[in-house]
Amino acid sequence: MPSLTHLTIAGARAGLAAREFSARELAEAHVKALEEIRPLNAFITETAEQALAMARASDARLARREAGWLEGIPLAIKDLFCTDGVRTTAASRILGNFVPPYESTVTANLWRQGAVMLGKTNLDEFAMGSSNMTSAFGPVESPWRRKGDNRKLVPGGSSGGSAAAVAARAALGAIGTDTGGSIRQPGALSGIVGLKPTYGRCSRWGVVAFASSLDQPGPMTRTVRDAAIMLRAMAGHDPKDSTSVPRPVPDYEAALTGDIRGLRVGIPREYRIDGMPAEIEALWQQGIAWMKAAGCEIRDISLPHTKYALPAYYIVAPAEASSNLARYDGVRYGLRVEGESLIDMYEKTRGAGFGAEVRRRVLIGTYVLSAGYYDAYYIKAQKVRARIAEDFDAAYRQVDVILTPATPGPAFAIGEKMDDPIAMYLNDVFTVPVNLSGLPGISVPAGLTADGLPLGLQLIGRAFDEETLLRAADVVERAAGFAALPATMAS
Amino acid sequence: MALDTAAVKRIARLARIAVPESELPHLAGEISGILKWVEQLDAVDTAGVEPMTSVVAVTLPMREDEVTDGGISEKVLANAPDPARGFFTVPKVVE
Repeated sequence: MPSLTHLTIAGARAGLAAREFSARELAEAHVKALEEIRPLNAFITETAEQALAMARASDARLARREAGWLEGIPLAIKDLFCTDGVRTTAASRILGNFVPPYESTVTANLWRQGAVMLGKTNLDEFAMGSSNMTSAFGPVESPWRRKGDNRKLVPGGSSGGSAAAVAARAALGAIGTDTGGSIRQPGALSGIVGLKPTYGRCSRWGVVAFASSLDQPGPMTRTVRDAAIMLRAMAGHDPKDSTSVPRPVPDYEAALTGDIRGLRVGIPREYRIDGMPAEIEALWQQGIAWMKAAGCEIRDISLPHTKYALPAYYIVAPAEASSNLARYDGVRYGLRVEGESLIDMYEKTRGAGFGAEVRRRVLIGTYVLSAGYYDAYYIKAQKVRARIAEDFDAAYRQVDVILTPATPGPAFAIGEKMDDPIAMYLNDVFTVPVNLSGLPGISVPAGLTADGLPLGLQLIGRAFDEETLLRAADVVERAAGFAALPATMAS
Repeated sequence: MALDTAAVKRIARLARIAVPESELPHLAGEISGILKWVEQLDAVDTAGVEPMTSVVAVTLPMREDEVTDGGISEKVLANAPDPARGFFTVPKVVE
C-alpha cells in the first residue's frame, strides 16, 4: 500500500470506501506528517486533536454509509478563514490571540461534507504578498530546492503555507484565498494545482477581508480532479455574503471527460512580456502544442489593456484594504496598545500591529481615497478595470478558454525581491487581470526549470464556467504528466 | 506624484497609524515610487467608461428586516482587550 500521505483526495476517498484504511489511520499519518515538515513553518496552528476527533466521527459515518463528499479527508486551512474556537491570525500581530466564536461558511461547508482539519496555515500578513515573507509568524520555506543549490526558496504567496503543506505531502488538499494570484502563484511555484473560482462562487463570509471586490476562496490540491472535488463542497450560495451567487453548484468532477476536441483556446499576445525567461515561453508553447494535440482550435487573441492591470490593482486593492482594515482599532478584539487618548491608542495599536507591507498598502489606500485624489486615482483605476473586463468579454466571443503562463518565473530565494515592492508585485502580472475581471483561473503544474523548479500554466475561463476550465486543465495535466517531487516531503 | 515626509505624516494620521519619524523618509520614497508607477494609467482612454463597482452583474438581494441573531454578548465580548460589565472600553474621551 502506498504511503497514506502520498494519496490524492480521489485515491483516499476510494481507499476509505473500500475499507483499505480508516479515517483515523489517514488522520494519524497526516498528524505525523505535520511534525515532520515543521521546519518549513507552513502552519501557524496545528490542530491534531481536532483532526483525530473529526476522523473518529468520519469513521462512524463511513460505517453507517453516510459519507460526505470529503469524508475523512485531511485538509489544511489558510489562517485567514475564521474557525470556531481555533485561533485565527491572518498572520498579523494585530489580531493577537483572536479566537473566532463562529465558523466561516466555506470551512463549515467542508466539515459538513466530512473533511478533517489538520490546522491553520501560514500566509503573507492579511494575504498581502507573493512570497509569504510578510507573515508576522516568519516566512514559509518551500519544500523545493534548486538542483545543486541548498538556498531556501519561497513557496509563493500569499497562500504559501497551504501550498507548502500540500506539496510536502502533509495535507491531501488545502484552501487558500486569491485576491491577485494568491492561490495560483504559490500553486505554480510549489508544483501543485491552484484554482481561483469565479468571484461569487464561494462565500467570503468569515474570511478575514483584504480587498472585498477581488477576494475569492479556492482549493489547492495535487490534481485537477481533487480541485474539482473540493470546489463542489466549498461552493454555493450563502445568504450571509450578498455577493455570493444563487446558482446551483454542478458536479465538477463529472465535467472531467478528457474530451476537449473543438475547444477554442485563446493565446493573448500581450502576455508575452519583456524579459520573460525563455523557459516560460517554451512551457507556454508546449502547452499550446498539448492543447492542439487534444483537438483544440488555437486562436491568437488580444487583451489590449493587460499592462494596466497591475497598476490598477495596486490602487483598487490598497483602497479596499485601507477601508477593511480600519476595523482593527484595539477596541473590540485583537491587539491593544494603551495610549493617552482614544486616537493615541488607535495610532499606537495600528503602528505596532501592522507589518511593513500592510502599513504601506493601508497608507496608499488612504491616500488614493482621500479628498482631492479620489477621482484621479481610485475612480480612474475603476474605469481602467472596466476596460480590462471588456477585453475579456470581447475575447470570449471568439474563444472558450485562455491559456497563459501562470507566473513570469519560478520560485526565488527567501529574502530576494524584498527591497523593491514593484519587483515583488510583478509576480502577479498574469494572475491579477483575472481577479479584476472576476473570472475563474487555474494553475496547473506543467514543467520544470533547468535547475529543477516547478513551473505552471494558467487557464482562464468564462465567468461561472469552472466546468470547461477544469475539463481543459485536466487534459493539460494529463499531457504534462508532472511527476517531479520536492526535496522535503513527509514520509 | 512625489510625496514628502510631511505628506506621509498627514496620511498616516488619516489612517491612524503611528509611524516613527525615522521611517518617514524611506516610506515617502517607497510610496512616491508606487504612485509614480500607477500614474501610467493616465495613458488609458477612459472617456465615457463607467467605473466598475462589481464584477458580477447581480442585484443585491433583499430580505425581511427582522432580528436573526442576538443574545450572545459573551461571544461578542470574548475577544475584547479590556471589556467591563458587558461593554467594550476605550480611554476617556470627554474630560
